[in-house]
Amino acid sequence: MAVVTRGFGGRRPEPEHEIPPGQFVTDDFPVLSAGPTPNVDESRWELTVRTETGEGTSWSWEQLMALPAEDVETDIHCVTHWSKLGTTWRGVSLDTLLADVETSAEFVMARSYGGYTTNLPLQDLLDGQAWVAFEFEGEPLDPVHGGPARLLVPHLYFWKSAKWLRGLDLMDDEDLGFWEQNGYHAYGDPWLEQRYA
Amino acid sequence: MTTHDAPVHDRPTLDGSALAGLLSEVYAFDATLAVVRCASCGHTDVFARATVYLTAMGAVVRCATCTAVLLVVVERPDGPRVSASGAAWVQAPGG
Ligand SMILES: [Zn+2]
Repeated sequence: MAVVTRGFGGRRPEPEHEIPPGQFVTDDFPVLSAGPTPNVDESRWELTVRTETGEGTSWSWEQLMALPAEDVETDIHCVTHWSKLGTTWRGVSLDTLLADVETSAEFVMARSYGGYTTNLPLQDLLDGQAWVAFEFEGEPLDPVHGGPARLLVPHLYFWKSAKWLRGLDLMDDEDLGFWEQNGYHAYGDPWLEQRYA
Repeated sequence: MTTHDAPVHDRPTLDGSALAGLLSEVYAFDATLAVVRCASCGHTDVFARATVYLTAMGAVVRCATCTAVLLVVVERPDGPRVSASGAAWVQAPGG
């Protein structure tokens, strides 16, 4: 993530902010829900990582909160052409969650409360690229934006940042999630405009 | 073809008649009068009584009884793509 260190010379002029091709900037946060918003109470929330051998590791809400969290400032890009700049989130890095998970899998299916799915390469979730986010702009994540916790993978189109996250299934072979099965790109790099398959 | 140039606030929970325009591009009959059987729960009714989530990525039609996805319509640059994997069958209106 971009970390800006200002010297003693005061404010520098804002650098030109690059956005991916075909995008425009909005201050809005449009909601895109393909189904009813699941009402997931933190007391029954659980996140399960399941490896390709079927071994599962789960975290309760309390266990998630006990893990080291990070503040993330990032731009987000929706495939429907809007980008939102400088959004701030707080969440647990996937590097932390997956640190003790034994796997040789290359792909992941993210699963949500409510049945939504989206697929990603495992390497796109590692090395400081992805979080399980539970705060947005300093507030608990609103259910319409995926609360109590959503996946945050800001370098890919935002449909990859699954709302209402409940599980990550690690897979040897690529499988397609909800929008990917319905004609959207399997990877979804906004800088390459990978909108449709 | 719609390209969604502006941020679209999704309007969930419209009845199936909202789909009529979209599906008229795909089906030669009035799709809202077509009968669809949910592959998940077996509920069978006209599309007009299904629940439609019109999102900027596509229209998602869900069973009014069990909320399973019956149909997804995505407007791709090469034309609308309809996935009906959640429907056991779709019966066009007769006569
Ligand atoms: Zn049903």
